[in-house]
Amino acid sequence: MSHYDSILSHLYEILGPYTPEGQSLSEDTEFISDLGLDSMKVMQLLLDTEERFDISIPLNIIPDVRTVGHFARCLQQLVDRG
Amino acid sequence: MALLDKFRQIADAREALARLGEDPFRATIERILSPTEAIVNGRPMILAGTNNYLGLTLDAQCIEAAVRAVREEGTGTTGSRMANGSYSGHVALEKDLADFYGRRWCVVFSTGYIANLGLISALTGPGDVILIDADCHASIYDGCRMSGAEVIRFRHNDVGDLNKRLRRFGEQRRLDTLIVVEGIYSTLGDRAPLADIAAVKQEHGACLLVDEAHSLGVLGKRGRGLSEESDVESSVDFIVGTFSKSLGATGGFCVSDQHELELIRYGSRPYIFTASPSPAVIASTRAALNRLRMDPERRVLLWNNARQLYQSLQQIGFRLGPEVSPIVAVRFEQREEAIGLWNALLDQGVYVNMILPPAAPDGGSLLRCSATAAHTPDQIDRICKAFATARALT
Repeated sequence: MSHYDSILSHLYEILGPYTPEGQSLSEDTEFISDLGLDSMKVMQLLLDTEERFDISIPLNIIPDVRTVGHFARCLQQLVDRG
Repeated sequence: MALLDKFRQIADAREALARLGEDPFRATIERILSPTEAIVNGRPMILAGTNNYLGLTLDAQCIEAAVRAVREEGTGTTGSRMANGSYSGHVALEKDLADFYGRRWCVVFSTGYIANLGLISALTGPGDVILIDADCHASIYDGCRMSGAEVIRFRHNDVGDLNKRLRRFGEQRRLDTLIVVEGIYSTLGDRAPLADIAAVKQEHGACLLVDEAHSLGVLGKRGRGLSEESDVESSVDFIVGTFSKSLGATGGFCVSDQHELELIRYGSRPYIFTASPSPAVIASTRAALNRLRMDPERRVLLWNNARQLYQSLQQIGFRLGPEVSPIVAVRFEQREEAIGLWNALLDQGVYVNMILPPAAPDGGSLLRCSATAAHTPDQIDRICKAFATARALT
């Protein structure tokens, strides 16, 4: 499993509680239109993700991130940066 | 029209709110009777939702100073200080504030919001890092966004989390980091654990900015805020404050011993491109600062009222913010509960502030009350009785 795939797999686990019943997860899943996340849930998701990967996620990236796959690529960069 | 479609959601939310009673965001204070009483929506009210902590808005000395300034200098400055010049009052107020804090430099801004916007966006830029407490005010978030720096939140009042995030940085990034916290947080009324935060800041060599908007005139032996009360003023690089709370006017400021503060006048767009505070505002603020310095008894009255309000509401059984403070937050899980009680309080003649998600922490709703030095013990008692009655009626 590649580094990216490993991050994606962790992300799917984290997103479990945020995913409406019947909604499947893929790299193309959109946080707002598919998962219906509001600003409070986005902030909680950030905290959960930071805990899992032991990183700090800059708020600056949030406006540009629409899909799970894009978020996974951002996480990969942050994890690699250390 | 597609451009305006985004407002449909707001309109729907406002209509839903209006169906539950009066629209709290359109309450009109029609006549001020005293610092603690007014006619609101046609009815007499006790004002329990102001930031008038020292009760100075109708102070005779402040009013006289403002009136004199209007008569002598006019109603407005009509421009910014960089383009149109500083009035002697602006310079004098900056000197007053620097003296009050025992700092070398001070810059006055036109509002508290602009103080944070102007300072943070000038102090930091791309390549820098800002670590902010998650519960910081919107003006701090907006200043961070404007700066272009990397912005990272740490868990509210969690020094361990702050420390952990700083440790993740390399040495250079730590030195390029600005930590931003508040003295008293405006929604729950709790204080930052500033002594511990200052120790972490010192350990890592970062800069520390404390927004004392709600703690100026409220905390500290001389009323200088949480930095003074926590005995860490020497570790705080920048103190931001506002004139619109304890000082009863409008405006903001920053004080520091860093001489670079003086230089931000040349690069801070919110400072450069905003009209400067009017002569009346500057004059009343100078008078109010003098009252704050000369009359520490007001702080005693404020805290007596804060304790009475907090303890009485607690005894009635409301879930409150974590500590006694002039800001007393009554917390609700469901927004409908808060809206219903807000309306019932209005019927009982008590005006408080309503804070709904996402503005309140933890996704809940708040009725935010505030005590002032001008409330009488009887008024505090009436506020608490109104809460009990309102709850019984809803």
